[in-house]
Amino acid sequence: MARYFLRFGALGYLALLLLVPVGLVFYRAFEHGFGHAWDAVSSHQAVHALELTLLIAAIAVPANTVFGIVLALALVRTRFPGRGLVNAVVDLPLALSPVVVGLALFLLYGRGGWLGGLADHGIKILFALPGMVLATMFVSLPFVVREVVPVLREIGTDQEQAAETLGASPFQVFRRITFPAIRWAVAYGVVLTTARAIGEFGAVSVVSGRIEGKTETLPLYVQARFEAFDTPGAYAASVVLALIAIATVVGLRAFHPREETA
Amino acid sequence: MSGITVVDVSKRFNGFTALHDVSVAIPEGSLTALLGPSGSGKSTLLRVIAGLEEPEAGQVLLGGEDVTSKPARARGVGMVFQHYAAFKHMTVWDNVAFGLTVRKRPRGEIKQRVHELLELVQLEGLAKRYPAQLSGGQRQRMALARALAVEPQVLLLDEPFGALDARVRKELRAWLRRLHDEVHVTTIIVTHDQEEAMEVAGQIVLLNDGRVEQVGSPRELYESPANEFVMSFVGPVNRLGQTFVRPHDLAIALEPDVGSSEAMVERVVHLGFEVRVELVRDDGQHLLVQLTKEEAEQLELERGHIVYVRPSRETVFTP
Repeated sequence: MARYFLRFGALGYLALLLLVPVGLVFYRAFEHGFGHAWDAVSSHQAVHALELTLLIAAIAVPANTVFGIVLALALVRTRFPGRGLVNAVVDLPLALSPVVVGLALFLLYGRGGWLGGLADHGIKILFALPGMVLATMFVSLPFVVREVVPVLREIGTDQEQAAETLGASPFQVFRRITFPAIRWAVAYGVVLTTARAIGEFGAVSVVSGRIEGKTETLPLYVQARFEAFDTPGAYAASVVLALIAIATVVGLRAFHPREETA
Repeated sequence: MSGITVVDVSKRFNGFTALHDVSVAIPEGSLTALLGPSGSGKSTLLRVIAGLEEPEAGQVLLGGEDVTSKPARARGVGMVFQHYAAFKHMTVWDNVAFGLTVRKRPRGEIKQRVHELLELVQLEGLAKRYPAQLSGGQRQRMALARALAVEPQVLLLDEPFGALDARVRKELRAWLRRLHDEVHVTTIIVTHDQEEAMEVAGQIVLLNDGRVEQVGSPRELYESPANEFVMSFVGPVNRLGQTFVRPHDLAIALEPDVGSSEAMVERVVHLGFEVRVELVRDDGQHLLVQLTKEEAEQLELERGHIVYVRPSRETVFTP
């Protein structure tokens, strides 16, 4: 009895909080037919927003993946002064409101900021792609690190040391031993990073300047449509975002053979 | 193949000294056991020889060459770990081939060598399995084949049978002994089990608190221990004031004799050929005596009997 209660409780909670609102977006988007929704998302402005979103993710995700693996290795496999501090700072983007992140970048690169002079040399950070990429990297930084660190701890150093005594160079040890052992953690971290990068609104909103057709990502586009009372456009673009999210999660599930026990 | 020389090696971990100026010479082609209680530094010494730990002071020579500053991968050592350190995502075949593939040896050579080694460790039929599909004993044999694949100058085994059950341990010990007779590579085995060390090794280095207590053949350690620690570590011992007596050097008689003392039988343990008798004297001193089955049968000992016990051989250590 208690078991059923738990099960229905959990399902009901999920349905109420997640499935119903997202389902409603899908319903409203296709309310007036598929063709109508397609028109809304195939407009020049919407396509540009989607392309920009994917471009930012395509830069930010690989960068954070490489950085995440390196940082996880440094945190687990080496001892250096300030390790505890670094470990804490990695979590900062999770705790900090994205708007604050955007504002911080604005202060750093804006007129009068420490790095504000870059603009005078023709390097445009704010209201342009670099700023948006930086903001996205900032907010999506912790995911790969946080997924990889516990797995590295768990596998220990025995296999790596065995490989070393067998004549493997540090790079060979990483490529043939360490990486295969952490690959699912990396994959999961990449999925989370991608999802965060594509969905990011607050930080990007501040640094982008929200120039229509130029620095407008898909989430910003949704907001803009919504504010312009173009609800069908907002819903249709939302569906695109939701589909990308679902595809990422399903993609990982399909890749993943089973829940691997280490 | 070559010997191993360790000169004045010291190693500290966060204020704890694991090795104090340890010097050891391991002859070429020998099978040597590093024996000692946990925390004695035996594993640390092995890891220093392998190049997995860097000593604060001292030198390590392999075949006369100073390798102290060489990384593990350039030392030509084969190492086997207590918990197998199997490459979980690789098949048995790929595990064994690892050292050869990172050295980019020709395919044909790798194939032949791995084949030979799997035969040597009796795992021919399991080449396509993954480590998770093997028993502990099979995993450790795979690890040994993997270590031997690169034709190491020295083979280092860190408590290799420590995670296995008693029966498999015994089998693998005998097997390792035979393997060493075939392969002749200079081998060091780390163990805390004196029986294992005595059964397998030709030479034992007994360590305690990061220092070498004695080096010698199993027989030398047993029969002429250098000190109290060695005497009590390599076998059971009765301590009578300042003298030490092995349980088999105590004779039991039913009548008093010159030099014998009275004691009561507390317990008789039959272990097949060996019979262990636990005695207690009037003064409260407990004594362990080992008899053969026949001796025990003649005496017909039972709990509560009064007997007379006399040492036939005793050892005194002068400090």
